[in-house]
Amino acid sequence: MPDWLAAGLITLLKAVLVILGLLTGFAYMTLVERKLLGRFQMRPGPNRVGPFALLQPVADAIKSIFKEDINVTMADKLVYTIAPIISVTFALLAFGGIPAGPAGSLFGENPWVYNLDAGILILLAMTSMGIYGIFLGGWASGSKYPLLGGLRSSAQMISYELGMGMSLLGVLMMVGSTRMTDIVQYQAVNGWFIFFQAFAFILFLISAFAETNRAPFDLPEAEQELVAGFLTEYSAIKWALYQMAEYISMFTASAFMTTMFFGGWKGPVFLEGFIPGISDWPLVWFIAKMAFFIFFFIWVKASILRIRYDQLMRFGWKVMLPFALFNTMLVAAYIAFVGRTEWKGGTVYERFGLNQSLGWWALGLISLGLAAFMIVRSDVFRPWFNKTAPVRSRTPQVPQTGRAGGD
Amino acid sequence: MLVASLGIGIIAVIASALLGPKKGTRAKLMPYESGNDPEHGGVGTGQRFPVHFYLVAMLFIVFDIETAFFYPLAAAYQKLPQFAFFEALTFVILLLVGYYYILKKGVLEWR
Repeated sequence: MPDWLAAGLITLLKAVLVILGLLTGFAYMTLVERKLLGRFQMRPGPNRVGPFALLQPVADAIKSIFKEDINVTMADKLVYTIAPIISVTFALLAFGGIPAGPAGSLFGENPWVYNLDAGILILLAMTSMGIYGIFLGGWASGSKYPLLGGLRSSAQMISYELGMGMSLLGVLMMVGSTRMTDIVQYQAVNGWFIFFQAFAFILFLISAFAETNRAPFDLPEAEQELVAGFLTEYSAIKWALYQMAEYISMFTASAFMTTMFFGGWKGPVFLEGFIPGISDWPLVWFIAKMAFFIFFFIWVKASILRIRYDQLMRFGWKVMLPFALFNTMLVAAYIAFVGRTEWKGGTVYERFGLNQSLGWWALGLISLGLAAFMIVRSDVFRPWFNKTAPVRSRTPQVPQTGRAGGD
Repeated sequence: MLVASLGIGIIAVIASALLGPKKGTRAKLMPYESGNDPEHGGVGTGQRFPVHFYLVAMLFIVFDIETAFFYPLAAAYQKLPQFAFFEALTFVILLLVGYYYILKKGVLEWR
C-alpha cells in the first residue's frame, strides 16, 4: 500500500471516528441538557427510558428516523432537502481542525483530522457556511414564518461574526500564527490567554452564544415569537439534522474557546506539585474544559431571558464591533511600543524574563480591568442597545381630547 | 472529513425517506400559517421583507473585508516595524469615519 493511500485512509478513519464521537456526543448532550435544565428548575428531568434515562437519546434518534418526512407543497424540493445537509456538514467539518493533544499522542497518530496553516480562518469560514444552511432552509420552505426566521437568523449570525473575528485578532498578534497547534504551544510556554486577553474572551464568548443560536440570542427559533423560525416546516430527520448542527457548533465553539483562551489540551501547571505529570493528560484536560463550557452554555440558557431582536442587532453593531476593534488596537499599540515576544523560529517561544521587557502582564491587567468594568458597569452600555427608536408614523397623531372613547 | 460528514447527512436523509411512512394529505402538506389558508406564499412569489436586512448584509461585507485585511497584518505583526502600527491606525480611523456616518445615519437603529 503506497504511503499517500495509507495516510488518506488513516485520515478518513479519524474523520469517521470524530464524526461518530460528535453524533454520540450530540445525542447525549440533549439528555444532559434536559437533565440539567430539570435540576435548575427543581425537577428530575427525564428518568424513565433505561437506567438514568441513558436510552432516551437512542429512542429519540429512532423516532426521528421513523417519522414521516413531509415535503410541503410550496417548498423548493431540492434546496429544501440540501439545506439541512449543508448545515450539518459544515458544523461537523469545523470540528476536525481542533487539536485535542500534542502531535502523535493518539496511538502514534496526530489527534486532529487536519491542521492547516490558516486553521483559525478555516474554522471561521466553516461557521459562516452554516448560515447558508439556515437561510436556504428558511427560504426553500416557501412559507412566511420560516422565511422571516431565516432572514433574522442570517442577519444575526453575520453581525456577530464581525465581533467574533475581530476579538481573535489580539491573540493572533501575540502569537503571530493562525495555526491552532502553534497557539496551544505558545500558551504552554507563556501562560493561558485568558489572563492576557480577558476582554477579548468575553467578547468572543458573547459572539459564540449568538453564533450558535443559543440561550439569550436564540432568536431564529424563538418558539414564542415566530413559531419555530426556519425550522417550522421541517420534520423527521431534517429537523434532527438542524438540531444536530446547532449542538455540534456548540461543541466546536467550546473546543475553540478552550484552544484559544484556555490553553487547549494543556492542564494548569501548578497542579504538577500534587501529582507529577498531571498537566500532560491531553484528552482528559481537553474534554474537561469543553465540558465546563458546555455546562456554562446550559446554565446561561436556564438563567437569562431572550433579548428582543432590535436590541440584539444594536448590541452586535454598537457594542461588540467597536469594543473588539478597540481591543485589537490596544494590543497593537502594546506590541508596537512596549514589548514583543522572543520568537525562536518554528514553534518555539521564549518565556518572558522580567528584565527583558514588561511581558504581556501589564496588557493582561488592562484587559482584565476592561473585562471587569464591562461586567460591573454593564448598565452604562445598556442605553446603547436598549433604547427604543423613535416611532415615525405616517399619519399625524391626533391629540386626545374630551372623554376617552368619544361619543 | 468532507466526504465523511457529507456522507452522514446524505445517509440520514435517505434512510429517513426510505423508512418513514408516506401518507401526505392535502391539508398536511400545506404551509403552516397558524391554521389559516396560506396567502400568496411560496418560493419566488416576491414576498416583501424589511430593507434593514439588505443594509446589514452590505455593512457586513464592508467590515468583513476590513477583518480580512487585518488577519495577515495580525499574523505578521510581531515581525513588522513600529511603523506598521500607524498604518493600521490610519486604516482603522478611515473605517471609523464610515462607521460614524452609518451610526449617525441611523442604519444601526432597528425599528
